[in-house]
Amino acid sequence: MKALTANRLIDGEVVWLGRSGQWVETLASAWLLETPEAVAEAEAAGAEAEASRLIVEPYLIDLTREEGEIRPVRFREKIRARGPTVRPDLGKQARREVSAA
Amino acid sequence: MYRYDEFDAHFVSARVDQFRDQVQRRLAGDLTEEQFKPLRLMNGVYLQLHAYMLRIAIPYGTLNAVQMRRLAHVARTYDRGYGHFTTRQNIQFNWPRLKDIPEILSQLAEVEMHAIQTSGNCIRNVTADHFSGAAADEILDPRPYAEILRQWSSLHPEFSYLPRKFKIAVTGAPHDRAAVQVHDIGLQAVRDADGNVGFRVFVGGGLGRTPMVGRLVREFLPEADLLAYSEAILRVYNRYGRRDNKYKARIKILVHETGLEELKADIEAEFAEIRDGVLKLPASEIERITTYFDPPAFVAADGDEAVLEAAIAADPQLEAFAARNVHPHRAPGYASLTISLKPIGKAPGDATAEQMEVVADLAERYGHDEIRVSHEQNLVLPHVRRRDIPAIHAALVEAGLGEANAGLVTDIIACPGLDYCALATARSIPVAQRISERFGSPERQREIGDLKIKISGCINACGHHHVGHIGILGVEKKGEEYYQITLGGSADENTSVGEIIGRGFSYDEVVDAIEKVVDTYVGLRETPQEDFLAAYRRVGDQPFKEALYGTA
Ligand code: HEM
Ligand code: SF4
Repeated sequence: MKALTANRLIDGEVVWLGRSGQWVETLASAWLLETPEAVAEAEAAGAEAEASRLIVEPYLIDLTREEGEIRPVRFREKIRARGPTVRPDLGKQARREVSAA
Repeated sequence: MYRYDEFDAHFVSARVDQFRDQVQRRLAGDLTEEQFKPLRLMNGVYLQLHAYMLRIAIPYGTLNAVQMRRLAHVARTYDRGYGHFTTRQNIQFNWPRLKDIPEILSQLAEVEMHAIQTSGNCIRNVTADHFSGAAADEILDPRPYAEILRQWSSLHPEFSYLPRKFKIAVTGAPHDRAAVQVHDIGLQAVRDADGNVGFRVFVGGGLGRTPMVGRLVREFLPEADLLAYSEAILRVYNRYGRRDNKYKARIKILVHETGLEELKADIEAEFAEIRDGVLKLPASEIERITTYFDPPAFVAADGDEAVLEAAIAADPQLEAFAARNVHPHRAPGYASLTISLKPIGKAPGDATAEQMEVVADLAERYGHDEIRVSHEQNLVLPHVRRRDIPAIHAALVEAGLGEANAGLVTDIIACPGLDYCALATARSIPVAQRISERFGSPERQREIGDLKIKISGCINACGHHHVGHIGILGVEKKGEEYYQITLGGSADENTSVGEIIGRGFSYDEVVDAIEKVVDTYVGLRETPQEDFLAAYRRVGDQPFKEALYGTA
C-alpha cells in the first residue's frame, strides 16, 4: 500500500494526494494506493499538480496498517506525518484532528 | 561593528527585490521548480522535511541588539516563535512560508542582515572566533579581515559557481576557537618578529563524508596579500577541483589527489601573477575597516571585583556560572560571557523569540551592544564589566538561559537531524537531550570536566561529530536509527579526526554507551585536570573498547 506525498509550493506544508484528487494535510485523509493502476493514476495527478504549481517534489511512500491505523513504513515519513519528535507542540501532531500517524 | 555603506545597502536591497520577483514568477508559473531551486538556494531557502527553511548569515558571528530583536520578530511573526543557531554562526528558521520569505528578507535588510551565500557552491559566510576583539589571549581581532573577505567574496563573479561550497574561518588567537583546520581555508592571524601582521594559512580541511585536517600552505602571509592569495587558492580550486562527482568536489579532495607540494606550487604561481595587482590591500583600507571594530571604551573601576566576589560568595549558582561561562577579557575588569543555549534536556542551539529579546536587552544594557554566535551553538556577550555579571546572570536564569555548562559534557553540538532535515538518516536532537539529562546534575558535570560531544544526523557532518572528543553519527540500518561513536576528535589548534570505536548502537542503547565511555575516562584519568582528549591520546582506544564491547 502506498500514498503520494509532496510539499505544498506556497508554504512548504507536507501534503498527500487525497481520495478525490485534492491535496490533504493529514495522512489519515490520504488516498491509499493499492493497485498499480491507482499508483499510475496518482503519479499522473502528482505531475499535473507540480506543473500547475500546487506542490513540489512528489514521491511515493510505503504504508502499512498497524493496530488498525495506516502508518508510513519509513521513520522519516512518520516524522513528516506528525512533526518533529522533539516538539509535540509543532507540526501536524499539534493539531487536534490528527491521530498518531 | 561594521556598518553597511551605501554600496552594501543598495546591493542587499536590490537582491531582496530580485528574489521577491523570482518568488512571484515561481508562484505565477513563469519559473519551474528546476529553474527556481538554485535561485532560492542562493537566498538561503531550503525545502526541509516539514516546511521551507531559511538560513540567515551572521557574518563572523557578530550582531547587535537591534538585529537580534529583528530575528526575534521574524521568529514570532513568520515562524513558530524560535530559531536555531548553527555551528556556522548562522541562524535557521524552520517553518517560514515561501510567500513570506521576500518580506522577511526585506525586514532583515533594514537591519543590515541577509541570507546571501548561505547555501550553494559559493564562498559561504566567513566565520571567526566568537571571542574576537575581546579574548585575553588574542594577538589581533580577526573580524576586520573576515569583513574584508566578506566584501571580496560577496557575489564574486568568478567564484559564484565553484565545484562545491567553500568555507573560510579566521582566528586571531593561538588557541583556535574557530576550528580553522576543518575549513576549506583556515586563517590564523600571527605577528612576525618585527610585529608585522600576517596569517598562517591552512587549506583543504573539511568534514562531511571524507573528513580531513587542513594542510599548512603558508607559514606567514603578509596581511596586504590576504585577498590576492585567497583569490589564487580559489582560482586553482575553480580550475582543477572536480565537477564530475559531488562527493569529490571539495578542495580537500583536490589537495589530497594532487598532493600538497604541487598544489602549493600552483597557488604560488597564480599568486605571483596577481600579487601586485588590484587585490593588494593598502594599509589605509585595512585601517578603515579596522576602525569599524574599534573596541568600546572600557571603564572598569577599583571595587568592581569586590562586588562580583561578594555576589559569588552568596550564590552557589552564580559561582558555578562564573567558573564555567566567564572567559578572560583583554581589558582589566571585563569578561566575555557565554550564554548557554544548552539548557538541560533542551534542543542545542534553539532560542525562543523571548530569549533573543532578553539577550538583546542585556547586550544593550551591559554589553556595549554586542552579541556573538559561537560555532558551539551558544551566544556570547563579548564585553561585559565583571561587576555586572551577577545582574546579567540573574536575568539569564529568569529567561531559562543561566545554565553553567559552557564546555562541559552537556554543552553538546547537534545538527537538526531527522526531526527537521531532509537529508538525515537518524535523529540527533533527542540523543543530545537524553545525554544532557543523563549527565545533567551540576556536580557530575563538573566532576567530568571539559568534554565536547558532537552529534550529526547523517554523514554530511553538520554537527561536527568527526571533531568531537566523543562524536556520534546517526545512520540508518535496516530502517532503524543506529549511532556510530568516534573518539579522539578535536577542532582546536591540535585538530584531529576521531576514530570509530566499533559497531554502532541503537537509539535506546546509545546513551548508555556514551555513559560507559565517560565513566571509563573518569576512571582512568591520571588527574582531574587530564581532559578526555589527553587521556584518550595517552591510553588509546583499548579501555573504551573493553568497556563498550567487553573485548580486548
Ligand atoms: C538543515 C539543512 C541542512 C542541509 C540540507 C545541510 C547540508 C549539508 C551538506 C550536504 C553538507 C556536506 C557538504 C560537503 O561535504 O560537500 C553539509 C556540511 C556541513 N554543514 Fe550542513 N546542512 C544543513 C544544516 C546545517 C546546520 C543546521 C548546520 C550547523 C549546525 C550545518 C553546518 C554544516 C557544517 C559545519 C558542515 C561541514 C562542513 C564541511 O564539510 O567542511 N549544516 N551540510
Ligand atoms: S548532518 Fe545530515 S542530518 Fe544533520 S543537518 Fe547536516 S545534512 Fe541534515
